[in-house]
Amino acid sequence: MTNIARTAFALLLLATPALAQAPQGGDSAGSSSTIAPVPVTGEQVYVQVCQGCHMADAKGGVGAGHIPALAKNPKLEEPGYPIGMIVQGRGAMPPLTDLLSPAQIAAVVTYVRTHFGNNYKTAVKEADVKAMLGQ
Amino acid sequence: MDTPGTTRRQLLTAIGMMGGTAALYQAMTTMGHASETQYKGSPDLTGARAGASVLVLGAGLAGMVAAYELNKAGYKVRILEYQNRAGGRNWSLYGGDTYTELGGATQHVQFDQGHYLNPGPWRIPYHHRTLLHYCKAFGVALEPFIQFNHNAYVHNANAFGGKPVHYREAAADFEGNVAELLGKAIDQKALDAELTADDKDKLKEALRGWGMLDKDMKYKSNLLSSEHRGYDRPPGGGVNGEPIPSAVFDFKDVVASQVWKNMAFFMNHEMQTTMFQPVGGMGMIGKAFWKNVAPMITLNAKVTKIMQDKTGVTVTYNDTGSGAMTEAKADFCVCAIPLGVLNQIENNLSGAKKSAIAAVPYGNQVKIGLQMARRFWETDDFIYGGHSFTSQDIALVSYPNYHLFEDGPGVLLGAFANGPGAFRLAGMTPEQRIQAALDQGSVFHPGTYRKEFQNGASVAWSRVPWTMGCCARWNEEVRKTHYQTLVALEDRIVLAGEHASYVGCWMEGALLSSLDAITRLHKRALEA
Repeated sequence: MTNIARTAFALLLLATPALAQAPQGGDSAGSSSTIAPVPVTGEQVYVQVCQGCHMADAKGGVGAGHIPALAKNPKLEEPGYPIGMIVQGRGAMPPLTDLLSPAQIAAVVTYVRTHFGNNYKTAVKEADVKAMLGQ
Repeated sequence: MDTPGTTRRQLLTAIGMMGGTAALYQAMTTMGHASETQYKGSPDLTGARAGASVLVLGAGLAGMVAAYELNKAGYKVRILEYQNRAGGRNWSLYGGDTYTELGGATQHVQFDQGHYLNPGPWRIPYHHRTLLHYCKAFGVALEPFIQFNHNAYVHNANAFGGKPVHYREAAADFEGNVAELLGKAIDQKALDAELTADDKDKLKEALRGWGMLDKDMKYKSNLLSSEHRGYDRPPGGGVNGEPIPSAVFDFKDVVASQVWKNMAFFMNHEMQTTMFQPVGGMGMIGKAFWKNVAPMITLNAKVTKIMQDKTGVTVTYNDTGSGAMTEAKADFCVCAIPLGVLNQIENNLSGAKKSAIAAVPYGNQVKIGLQMARRFWETDDFIYGGHSFTSQDIALVSYPNYHLFEDGPGVLLGAFANGPGAFRLAGMTPEQRIQAALDQGSVFHPGTYRKEFQNGASVAWSRVPWTMGCCARWNEEVRKTHYQTLVALEDRIVLAGEHASYVGCWMEGALLSSLDAITRLHKRALEA
């Protein structure tokens, strides 16, 4: 057994507290954690996260229920509203704080507030998001 | 069948005859059997009042089992369903099917006849007794679902230079190295506080046998370890019959591959073998339920309002074909609408109930089916069913469990994504998803994956028009605050579905939830 192996084993043991968390249950792939480049800009975060529900044109969709449009949405004028949605979730939308850092949230809120027919030019800062998270 | 088994069965039969089903169940549990399910057989709904009516909202499994059992008990039942089909998330896509997701992208599925994609549920644990009961009752043919395949692959971008390895090799090396390390810990007296000398001897023997260690307690490249991880030249006949061992991997890579996650996954109670699937696609179950409740269903009915008062329940719905708004009335209501949708429907439920409905987010899984011209995973790689795991967005490639050994095409599951990977795939057009799945799946089958591809289909659950998500994702905190409120009967209305269970995201949860809900509703109806 090499020193590297010993270190690897020690790291593995360090990782166990995460395993102790209650599992969510349900069917899942059973794969290792996803490894992919982390989105940085507001546009990257939008495309890689928000677009999955709110659509590439941010117009949402209507079926048995509806996914709200972010395009031309006057509720975005108050930045606390979109930040709150991302931090807390609503209905089927999950809170995204496990997935996105305060910096990423600030970037994507700024992006959405200045695109898709929205014109709220004041940039949202990482500190604004942290404040809402009580950090 | 061995004799003790027969004796036990005879005893149980006798108890059953003397004390009825409840006594039998109690006895079985005491003897260590039947503790793997909360299913207790058909619900007791005797004594229903003549003419009492129930409106069921949603023709998924929860709604349909409620309708089936309540109707059988004598209730007048009607089901309202948003889609033009019953079955809900129990669903298979076949060649000739058309699917339009939220946002408007439409896919025309082109799989060959007899092949399919199961966008939602796709495997059934042997202990999901409720679901298996109704499959049997409704004549749904089941076949084994090949869950565990040692010869499929494990791929992690941070291990083995990004090259996939066989599950068998990585798992064997993980266990072998852990066994060796634990043996060392024993020899270095690190476990003296926990173990007696006798314990230590017994554990070392176990570690040697389990981890394929040599007499010096080392895990090495030799015929011992090769018995688990495979050979460079497998045992054969005649002159060159002698096997040549394979070389064990660097343990650093083995740990980095996170193969332990796959190993732990297979140990989950719900992932343990034996697993099953319906012959011809998971949607066969929904179709069988549908057949049994068809006269009660109104399709294309979009519920817009749910109100109850002292006299009954009134549900307003919009006929999505004609646009006509209609009211349906009944004494009681079983609401099996997914929470994300229900949260947006006007109702006069209590504030606490509304908060509970709004509190549970839904999963965003993405599934992609890829039809390949030939079954190269079988002919070239000797993979028959099972899953190859990856750290890429697709999460896995799963190989079909049907039409094995045929020359013709096969439909792979080219993605079962969740979390960030699923968001990325969901955000793409259906065409882009197929391309991403081909790129990523090629890591396992580089020469053939793209070459043999014929057509594909994808379902991103965050864009499914009738659920806006895959299934309820509870966490312990939300459970503590809202679960009992969510499942509680509120005067004349009760909720049912996988979201109202502790077997979330499984068909079994939908059924168990619904049977419990209608049992309580029936009790309430008798009190009315």
